[in-house]
Amino acid sequence: MTRTQELLLALLGAVLLLALAWAVPWLRFVLTVALAKSLAVFGILLLLRAGQVSFGHALYLALAAYTAAFTAMLIPEALILLPVAAIASALVGLVVGLFVVRYREIFFGMLNLALSMVFYSLLEKFYSITHGTDGMRLPPLRFAGIPLEGEFQGWVLLILAVVLALGFGALVRIYLASPMGQALAGIKTRETRLEFLGVPARRVLLAAYVLAALMAGCGGAVLAMTTRLVTPALAYWTASGELVFIAILGGAGSVFGPVIGAVAFELTRVYAAALVADAWQLILGSVLLLVILFAPGGLWGMGKALLSRRKIA
Amino acid sequence: MGAWFSENGLLVGLAALDGLSYAAAVFMVAVGLNLVFGVLRVLNIAHGSLYAIGGYSAASLGLFLSSRGLPEFLAYPALVVAAALVGALLGPPIERLLLRRMQDHEPVLQLLVTFALFMILEDLQKLLWGVQPVVSDAPVRLLGTVDIPFGADVIPFNAYQLYVLPGIALATLVGLAWFLRKTLAGRMIVAVTTDREAARAMGIDAAKVTLLTFTAGAALAALGGALASPTVSLVPGVGAQTIVLSFAVVATAGLGQIEGAAIAALLIGLGRSFAVYLEPELEVVIPYVIMLAVLLVRPQGLFGVAETRRI
Amino acid sequence: MQKVTPGAALAPAVPSSTISRRGALQAALGIGSLALTGRSASAQGAGQKPAEIKVGIATFLSGSSSVFGVPGKQAAELLFDQLNEQGGIAGVKLRPIFIDEGPGVDHFTGEYRRLVQSENVQLIFAGISSADCLACAPLSEEMKRPTILWDCGTQRVFEEGKYSYAYRTQANATPEVLAPLLYLLKSKPDFRSVAVMNQDYAWGRDSWDIFRTGLNALKPGVRVAAELFPRFGATDFSTEVTRLLALRPDVIFSTTWGGELDAFIRQSADRKLFERSTFVIPLAESSLERVGKALPAGHIIGARGDHWFLHPSPRDPALLAKFTEDYRKRFNVYPIYSTHHMFQAVSAMKAAYEKAMAAKGGAWPNDAELAAAFRGLTFPSLTSSVTIREDGQGLENQLIGTSMHTDKYNFAVMTDMMSFPAEMITTPVGQKSIDWLKTLKPDMLDKLPATVPYKP
Repeated sequence: MTRTQELLLALLGAVLLLALAWAVPWLRFVLTVALAKSLAVFGILLLLRAGQVSFGHALYLALAAYTAAFTAMLIPEALILLPVAAIASALVGLVVGLFVVRYREIFFGMLNLALSMVFYSLLEKFYSITHGTDGMRLPPLRFAGIPLEGEFQGWVLLILAVVLALGFGALVRIYLASPMGQALAGIKTRETRLEFLGVPARRVLLAAYVLAALMAGCGGAVLAMTTRLVTPALAYWTASGELVFIAILGGAGSVFGPVIGAVAFELTRVYAAALVADAWQLILGSVLLLVILFAPGGLWGMGKALLSRRKIA
Repeated sequence: MGAWFSENGLLVGLAALDGLSYAAAVFMVAVGLNLVFGVLRVLNIAHGSLYAIGGYSAASLGLFLSSRGLPEFLAYPALVVAAALVGALLGPPIERLLLRRMQDHEPVLQLLVTFALFMILEDLQKLLWGVQPVVSDAPVRLLGTVDIPFGADVIPFNAYQLYVLPGIALATLVGLAWFLRKTLAGRMIVAVTTDREAARAMGIDAAKVTLLTFTAGAALAALGGALASPTVSLVPGVGAQTIVLSFAVVATAGLGQIEGAAIAALLIGLGRSFAVYLEPELEVVIPYVIMLAVLLVRPQGLFGVAETRRI
Repeated sequence: MQKVTPGAALAPAVPSSTISRRGALQAALGIGSLALTGRSASAQGAGQKPAEIKVGIATFLSGSSSVFGVPGKQAAELLFDQLNEQGGIAGVKLRPIFIDEGPGVDHFTGEYRRLVQSENVQLIFAGISSADCLACAPLSEEMKRPTILWDCGTQRVFEEGKYSYAYRTQANATPEVLAPLLYLLKSKPDFRSVAVMNQDYAWGRDSWDIFRTGLNALKPGVRVAAELFPRFGATDFSTEVTRLLALRPDVIFSTTWGGELDAFIRQSADRKLFERSTFVIPLAESSLERVGKALPAGHIIGARGDHWFLHPSPRDPALLAKFTEDYRKRFNVYPIYSTHHMFQAVSAMKAAYEKAMAAKGGAWPNDAELAAAFRGLTFPSLTSSVTIREDGQGLENQLIGTSMHTDKYNFAVMTDMMSFPAEMITTPVGQKSIDWLKTLKPDMLDKLPATVPYKP
């Protein structure tokens, strides 16, 4: 697929999402949440390129959501909350990254998991500040000084999420094609050779890790502003599992994967919950299983395969 | 230090007893996971579900036996029988139908297969056993309590938790160590754990070993749940809670290391119970703190062997 | 041990509802028809009589809180069926639509919007989780849909916000914890030390805060021997039990619930902790049947409100007996407090519709009129009645008693029961609970109601 084709497809996708949100008002919220999560999944995608799975990436989503919640008490301005939360998340990502990039595979995954669980516990422990599982409410927000209310809030946040998804999608696409991205893939296949070539693998991974934290941070900020209530459950290990789930569901081979995956995930969950309120996990699990067994390339891979088959025919 | 100890020595003793029985419970869950990881290189997230299903099955079997008016001591073999049944019924199909198909796929896909399985089993167990807490406490009641002197006072402990749990954990540890070192099947498992390709080249049927290991791991998970079932109340979500703890044990231990799992479980068990005495607020984070500390010093875990880099 | 049979957990799906929901799903698969269902549904509230009253009910159907959530759902099924048999509300049949609170608050708020904008429900009952209540109270305001907070306990909702569409049809954490404290001070006034063993999450922390603040005001100088907050979802409490055995506090306070409370009671019973300390267990009623006689006599137990299937003085004994019997026949267990809370929500809904229609000369109320009807509404509960104050908070009495054993039941029952009048123990409108608790005076103990013994 050429670069222009990809760009057109991305824009078409964005328009489709907005049209869907217009046609079905209640989906606007669900789609915003999905896009917010997809921002974090972009990071999973980067790390997967290096063969590493973070089973604690929701840490950054939750961290940014809480940063946004705390900052909003002082400055309830969306345009300030977003960068503040994202930078906070990236900074923590840098500190944690310095430590975890020394590890690979299962240890990398487990360390991330442990850290996100520690953060989850801290949110409970500092009950007097965070209100524990009851969560923290965000005050009414403003966007460039205009109060965010009702319909307007829904649209602003959705459009913000769409713009962020487009922007980060493009960034990740460029990043992966750059020498940094190539080196990332090198970590997965031949890390030692990378070192022989004089490329410091740890620094390559660290850069990707911090970028992943930054994107998750943007996702967390959008999530917090959309739901306007943040709870520790955001950092629980199953939340991280969901992010990895989304990455695979959408397809780890393309930057379209996270967005497709996130939208499919949230819609499946909503419809599964509507269909059988007490067995939605069963449905979601089965969908995941079927995708992995029969379409390991994810929905994106599936769509591409269908397209190319048609072309051949 | 001396003065502190004379004042708190008795408390330390109590904490150690609690820590030991907790460690035994943790070890029973983690050891199966670690064994499976060694051979399959998959961190089985559904291990927690197998633990829960083992617990539920044992409780159901125990309640069924007592409802039939059968002698109560049968509750003990019921624990083991239920675990073996769960392992035998669920282990082979999961390995054959799911994990084997995924063998040559990326690790993340293998991991996610178990995550999907976890989600499915979570709902299935809810459909089978409902949401009300389930317990069958005959094994604890039958053995009664043991009074441990505490200064002028005595503290009653459950004999089941004081003797049976650590006893079975120790037997499992010794038995597994013996099995892995001294028997042919065990050595084959070790060979596959160490180097799958080399083991294959030497004529070991890796597929068979994998099946055997996974079934054993599933049975151990179920046994962990079965042994816990008389003291805990089984509720939906218990699998999710258990699995993170065993992850911490496995990573601390070093992958595939049975003895490592025992030491890690002991560290976590003792650490947790000392925390309850000294600084209860820290209790929740203890397993992770121990894991982070160990990995900081030994990146491959307590007993892990640093993998030689293949160029 | 009690467990729900698989049949009961699934039963009974109303055929029409499954079909239409499947229809909605199929419709949603094609974007064109999805657009239709979506946009047409968003216009509502004109006040015509609907073909049916759809009620969205958020409850826990997964995770450990489903211990309360599933009985709540079952009670709703029973009550909606019964209401429909009697012709519904003013001739309009009702249909419950259940959603699971299990996946967390972001999923829940999405579901709330779906219920309003796509399912077009007339009312929403939400929820068990306090986080969900805190999230949906402002949402009810935004979407202008009457919302009943049917079970959550946090006192923060109406102390930190003003809402005209959200109402709570039962008490909140403050009276639910203050009542057992007053009972303790009255029945065992001489205790000198107290320990707490609560789950480490908002309710566990909040309830201890309320208890300790009240205790400091009413009986200063009590020593806090230990504050134990085991991980939420922990299954083994032997370390905590050992420590409590060694410390020998006079009183052990625990607002733990569900499987964790079962395990804590059983482990404490096995190891004779009940012989060393007096337990105060405000949520014990929901575990009574499951733990059987492991819970010994002589400990203070409550039920999060004025309800119990053996209530000593129900307003309408036949009503309570019938509900208990119907529920037991259908689900094979005694109803617990969450079923009473569900009854209250359904009862309040019915009363509010009737009040709103009466005010409109029999015409069907719109959303705002229905919502307004809840303010100041008094409606029957299974045991007495509940009034909704001007801030939206329900005024509900609290029943507290002491456990005792009887041959009639193979589990503990309550005796020496006190039914605390709601006005006495509920934070006045406009005040924050913690501030109000600090102003309590010990002479409050002289005005407590008399105790009523268990009557077989």
